Amino acid sequence: MRPQNHITFPRMLHPGAWWLWALGLAAAASRTLNPVPLLLILVVTGFVVSARKSDAPWARSYVAFLKLALLVIAIRIVFQALLSSGSQGPTVLFTLPEIPLPGSTGIKLGGVVSLEAVLRAFYEGLQLATILVCVGAANALGSARRLLRSVPGALYEVGVAVVIALTFAPQLVTDAARVRAAHRLRGQHGGLRSMKRLAMPVLEGALDRSVELAAAMDSRGYGRTSSEQQGSRRLTVLLVLSGMLGLCVGLYGLLSGTSAEWMGLPMLLLGSVLSAAGLYFGGRRTGRTTYRPDPWALPEWLVAGSGLVAAAAMFVNVATDPSSLVLASVTAAPPVPVLATIGILVAMLPAILAPPLPRPAPQTSSRTSEIEVAA
Amino acid sequence: MIEFDDVTVTFAGETEPVLRGVDLTIPEGELCLVIGRTGSGKTTLLRAINGLVPHFSGGTLSGRVAVDGRDTRDHRPRDLAEVVGFVGQDPLSGFVTDTVEDELAYGMESLGLPADVMRKRVEETLDLLGLAELRQRPLTDLSGGQQQRVAIGSVLTTHPRVLVLDEPTSALDPLAAEEVLATLQRLVHDLGLTVVLAEHRLERVVQYADRVVLVPGDGKPVVDGKPDDILASSAIAPPVVELGRVAGWRPLPLSVRDARRRAAPLRQQLADLKAPDHSCAERGDAAGRVADLVAGYARVPVLKGVSATLARGEIVALMGRNGAGKSTLMKTLVGMRTPDSGVVDIGGHAPADLKPAQLLRHVGLVPQVPGDLLYESTVARECTQADKDAGVPAGTTAALFERLSPGVPGDQHPRDLSEGQRLTLALAIVLAAQPPLLLLDEPTRGLDYTAKHRLVEILRDLAADDHAVMLATHDVELVAEVATRVVVLADGEVVADGSVTDVVVSSPSFAPQVAKILAPQTWLTPTDVAVALAGITTVSRP
Repeated sequence: MRPQNHITFPRMLHPGAWWLWALGLAAAASRTLNPVPLLLILVVTGFVVSARKSDAPWARSYVAFLKLALLVIAIRIVFQALLSSGSQGPTVLFTLPEIPLPGSTGIKLGGVVSLEAVLRAFYEGLQLATILVCVGAANALGSARRLLRSVPGALYEVGVAVVIALTFAPQLVTDAARVRAAHRLRGQHGGLRSMKRLAMPVLEGALDRSVELAAAMDSRGYGRTSSEQQGSRRLTVLLVLSGMLGLCVGLYGLLSGTSAEWMGLPMLLLGSVLSAAGLYFGGRRTGRTTYRPDPWALPEWLVAGSGLVAAAAMFVNVATDPSSLVLASVTAAPPVPVLATIGILVAMLPAILAPPLPRPAPQTSSRTSEIEVAA
Repeated sequence: MIEFDDVTVTFAGETEPVLRGVDLTIPEGELCLVIGRTGSGKTTLLRAINGLVPHFSGGTLSGRVAVDGRDTRDHRPRDLAEVVGFVGQDPLSGFVTDTVEDELAYGMESLGLPADVMRKRVEETLDLLGLAELRQRPLTDLSGGQQQRVAIGSVLTTHPRVLVLDEPTSALDPLAAEEVLATLQRLVHDLGLTVVLAEHRLERVVQYADRVVLVPGDGKPVVDGKPDDILASSAIAPPVVELGRVAGWRPLPLSVRDARRRAAPLRQQLADLKAPDHSCAERGDAAGRVADLVAGYARVPVLKGVSATLARGEIVALMGRNGAGKSTLMKTLVGMRTPDSGVVDIGGHAPADLKPAQLLRHVGLVPQVPGDLLYESTVARECTQADKDAGVPAGTTAALFERLSPGVPGDQHPRDLSEGQRLTLALAIVLAAQPPLLLLDEPTRGLDYTAKHRLVEILRDLAADDHAVMLATHDVELVAEVATRVVVLADGEVVADGSVTDVVVSSPSFAPQVAKILAPQTWLTPTDVAVALAGITTVSRP
């Protein structure tokens, strides 16, 4: 067996596997407002991230997403519970001084705040927060940049554009800070006028760098192997675009659960077939090769599969036993959906199924190793 | 290997060609150095080799350029990728990926080489350029010299026969520059690569060159030949060549080693003379002072207890390797950074507490990229704005700029100025408010010899005019020429502070070429030697 198939062989897991795993959990979260599975998903992502994240800068994004999620919940509670009169229930928590507004809008400022409104806002916010945290976990475990390396040949140009944008954004921020500091030397304060003055040198710098980069890429053979045939290019674009559209509609149909039957699985399948065909034709016309592509071996299948199991369990649970996923009343204790819970717990397995990360090799110069050999 | 046959290049919208009638043949395996003033067309010449001119830049190229038998008329730059490797001025802006290994593989991926070939070549190139320990590192974390070596490696993986480099060492400190030049040397000698490079810092590279191509600009013909032939008559020459001219050595020495072997008689001649002291005759009041200064980031102090005084009338050179704290010290002196502890005193004020409008009356800084200070659309508007900012009568800045850099039309866009003119414009803007203390961060980056001479005169005038000047620089020849005192920083501490002679002459990396040739005597510049020798001849010929 290739070493990549061992779950104990230290290496970086294919970022695509982490994204599939996280998207599976996010899809599961999107189908329920029941706080039990939602909180469980949060715990699972946190556990896996703490077990398998690297020291890379992007790995810190999980905490950032967690903070964003808390903010989402807070905003939801403030807006829905304090500002909406329609969602209030009988259990009054406290009464704020109210500013009268025209009654027909359904909006109020202050007034009665009930337990039901706060709880409902919390549950709905929790769902959105959980989906956000899943994305954060994917980002922390598999760098979005490395994911772009494995995009199919047909989408290569798009991938390059995204990578360059990702590089330039932080550079623009650094440039802006440098130029601002320089303007202080001319005795100028901040303010609206200074924005215009800032924009000129920063944009000029960015433009210069882009031209330099384009020259460098051209001299290194970029775009040399792609064929110039208009027909095949158009066919690829058409196939990929319509395929993507099909995928989006299909996913929407599947996840919303309320739309027509044909919008779900059939659309998803059609979209996948069209996209695959487009990527295949597009991939044939580029003569590029990839250096050390990330392998897709057994651990990748296991990790991606565990995420999909969580999603599938949730969908089956919705179909067979919907009552365990909706709350009879917001104040009642939430029921425990057995099948969905088992599915989510399966998604915790990547904490051991994903290969451990290789430790950075100790910095040894050739001289010290010679000394060791001599000793 | 490379043939230019009656090549004339005219860019769109220009009436005069940049290059006119260039005939040039560069044989295989040579290291060819292209020299000339800024704006003379060096970069155009280099870019014509791999077809970036005219395919990428636009414009018209008449005549014929052929590399390894391939005519650039029929081959776009991308079609020449496995024949010519091109490394631009700023390596960082040419990087496409974000780690060393991926960057090395990028060119091969574009050419569609099979995976096993790529794997092998990346390993070979990592070893060839000594980058193996950095293979997984992000490109932005590397030092300047390492980035330059990665840039060279990234074009070498396609196994080109020709390597073209545009000013590969001008942004580097002396040690990093040696690193890069040693790499190039090895490529020429071990692999038989043909290398063409443009460089302003002749003192660093001319000794390695087999051929020098002089691009004089202004439509004058391009000449090429043996290095000593070209340099014998060229206005552009490194100090070792200037010393050779002063001493009348033929053929001219190109390296310190050549010159030192011939210098025994000259040393004898100079033995009884006293090398001039570059120290400041009378130091005025302190214009700036730091004491026990600590500054940096949380738990990472960059400056660890620095004390120094900058007096009016002196020109202090601040030296040290990249990351030693030179920029941090300058930033603290202009209040861009607040000190963690210690004293920073600018004319009785702490700079961080001053409002920007007051600050510019006490201290001025010309940043590493002078263009950062400029944002208006014409030179004249730039000057008017500076008058307003400084609260001085209208026309002050324009008059200053005219004195520093005569004859620049006011309606020109600051971007169209040469590097030297842009620097003097930034200098004029900073000087408008008459700050007693003037700081310059790496002022000679990208300046040619002519612009550098002009800068030296300007700095001397400023010091004579009772300004205190401090410049952070890697340029040892500039320090030898202009500084009255040298402060060396290492790891955030002052390791040397004294007269130029005391500090630089004995240092292997900071000593100017003349000092290395004439050691143990303490001569610093060819001009000093010439003046002393002129003294002897007038005395002996009564």
